[in-house]
Amino acid sequence: MKTPRIGLIVGACATLLALVLPFIGLHVPWILPGVVDVVNSTGTLDVLALCFVFAGVALGYDVMFGYTGLLSLGVVLHFAAGVYIFDIALTLWHWPLFLALSWTAAVALALGLVVGAVSLRVSGIAFTMVTLAFAQAFYYLIEDNPHGLTGGDDGLSLFSNRLPSFLSGAVSNTRSLYWVALGFLVVTGVVVWVVTESSTGHVFVAIRDNERRVEVLGLRPFGFKLAAYTVSSLIASAGGVVYVLLIGTAVPSAVAATTLTLSIVIMVVLGGAASRWGAVTGGILYIYLQQYLVKVAAEPTFASLPAFLRVPLSQPQFLLGAIFVIFVLFVPGGLAGALLRLRMARARRKMAAAK
Amino acid sequence: MSVVLSLAFSGVALGAIYFLAASGLSLIYGLMDVLNFAHGMFMTLGAYAGWDVATHLPISWGGAWLLVIEIGAAVVGGALAAAITELVLIRPLYGRPLAQVLVTIGLDLAAVALLLGGFGSNSLTLPVPLWSIEASRIGNVILPHSDFIAIAAGIVVVVALEWFLRRTRYGITIRAGVENREMVRALGIDVGRAFTLVFVIGGAMAGLAGLLYSVVFSGDLVSPLQGDSLLIFAFIVVVIGGLGSIRGSAVAGLIVGLVQDFANYYLGAHAGLAQFGNLSVVLLLAVVLEWRPRGLFGRAL
Repeated sequence: MKTPRIGLIVGACATLLALVLPFIGLHVPWILPGVVDVVNSTGTLDVLALCFVFAGVALGYDVMFGYTGLLSLGVVLHFAAGVYIFDIALTLWHWPLFLALSWTAAVALALGLVVGAVSLRVSGIAFTMVTLAFAQAFYYLIEDNPHGLTGGDDGLSLFSNRLPSFLSGAVSNTRSLYWVALGFLVVTGVVVWVVTESSTGHVFVAIRDNERRVEVLGLRPFGFKLAAYTVSSLIASAGGVVYVLLIGTAVPSAVAATTLTLSIVIMVVLGGAASRWGAVTGGILYIYLQQYLVKVAAEPTFASLPAFLRVPLSQPQFLLGAIFVIFVLFVPGGLAGALLRLRMARARRKMAAAK
Repeated sequence: MSVVLSLAFSGVALGAIYFLAASGLSLIYGLMDVLNFAHGMFMTLGAYAGWDVATHLPISWGGAWLLVIEIGAAVVGGALAAAITELVLIRPLYGRPLAQVLVTIGLDLAAVALLLGGFGSNSLTLPVPLWSIEASRIGNVILPHSDFIAIAAGIVVVVALEWFLRRTRYGITIRAGVENREMVRALGIDVGRAFTLVFVIGGAMAGLAGLLYSVVFSGDLVSPLQGDSLLIFAFIVVVIGGLGSIRGSAVAGLIVGLVQDFANYYLGAHAGLAQFGNLSVVLLLAVVLEWRPRGLFGRAL
């Protein structure tokens, strides 16, 4: 059941709404993640921007995981690489923005190719373990603060007078940073759409379904897998660049920890692997819930709950992990899968009624 | 020379802990194709179970028995957590290996968060007998007593596991299942029971590894994240040793432990990277994969 038209229209409307959101001063109680219950408040726009960043990263990851069937747990390596390479070029080397961006893109590309090529020496579960090990090694490297480049555990704040004024200073430029994040998501969406609809993208899916068959057809899976890996890692690195602009600082435990990788996997699976809208929805929903649950846990009424309820409920990561487990057990295919089943059931009922 | 011997001793102790963590993972993967992320949780829970039991004992219990009780609690805690995980979460998903991996990922995240909420992010101190903090000397070679405990535990488990897998009915079923699961099923043997058993054994060893890691390498501290950082090295050991091979885990555990220990000492200071030991292990992994992608003792992947 393919309905690209409807998807495209809904997507265009959602993008348009997101685009004008900073001008809507609507008061909405309860559901907003920011402290102030106004749609275009700084807090809410910040959270939404973060949602867009991770929705884009999740979408990029879906190319490798959902479409090509490669369960990499090293995506955070490429995200953190984007964060740190860009941050270091601007903050420590005082490079102009364009040069820093090109340099980050070049290094990110090389990193994607090299790490991908080595990891893809093995397949299946061994690939998963190896990518995880490389990501962890990268974490240790950052934490070690080599030559004073990364700031170690304290992190490296983004500070540069070479940035255009509308991008520097996270507080005063919430709106423009929000648009940058939205732009990143839209561009990622277009890129992923083009890649997955191309003939190369169809080979990705064929590799996922039956790698041996692709080989028999005379194609070398390795090159295609490396392409999928590199596209995903480049998008992750770009997400890292937007992230550090948005947050204004790079801390290893926030941008390079395994927990973040697992979160990105969860986003994709929640939304539905190998579904573009699924990955985007999953990413937005995950970050939104994560931030919203923190806000709920800080409410005064919350403190009066008995400990056996308060302790688990005050940990967003616990709730998200539990929701995820329930999804894997009872909602195969995530949100996209559930939607598909709903449509199928409706179509079946229609057919039965027509008879 | 004495430095080399001291390093070798502590490297072997570290290798023993890696073996304990990795062999369960390797068996579970070999038999069920499940990459068990919850193994990190089993290790952390083992350490917390030891801590919890020890804090409920009267203070006068300071002797060697304290450690024995803690180890017992860790083994039971790890095994119990593993049994529940297998029966409640893994069993409904038989035949869907990816879903099984994902469920253990969610479980691990949730469990770590729960421990952080319940016990706080600060490390807890595990009460241990004075003897295990001290060290002996032979000439200039320093031999910490806690390392003896880890090495002894490693040897006991290797011997017990080899005996169990080669001499008992269940063990032989498990080995046959690792070789060819479909054939075992075709012979009318209940593989499902072997799945639970493998999880329980893996969980028990993981609990032991978690507690020993606290005693031997993190200064008797217990923290919610220790299992996950140990898990990554366990993964590396499993891949280097070869998936599904106990002997592979033992040999690779020793190699990784020794390389890490020596690299930390000799290269850490020179390269100016305190974490060089950890990096060297990942480098070793990359080299082994280039040279022999199925690991030292693994079947062809």
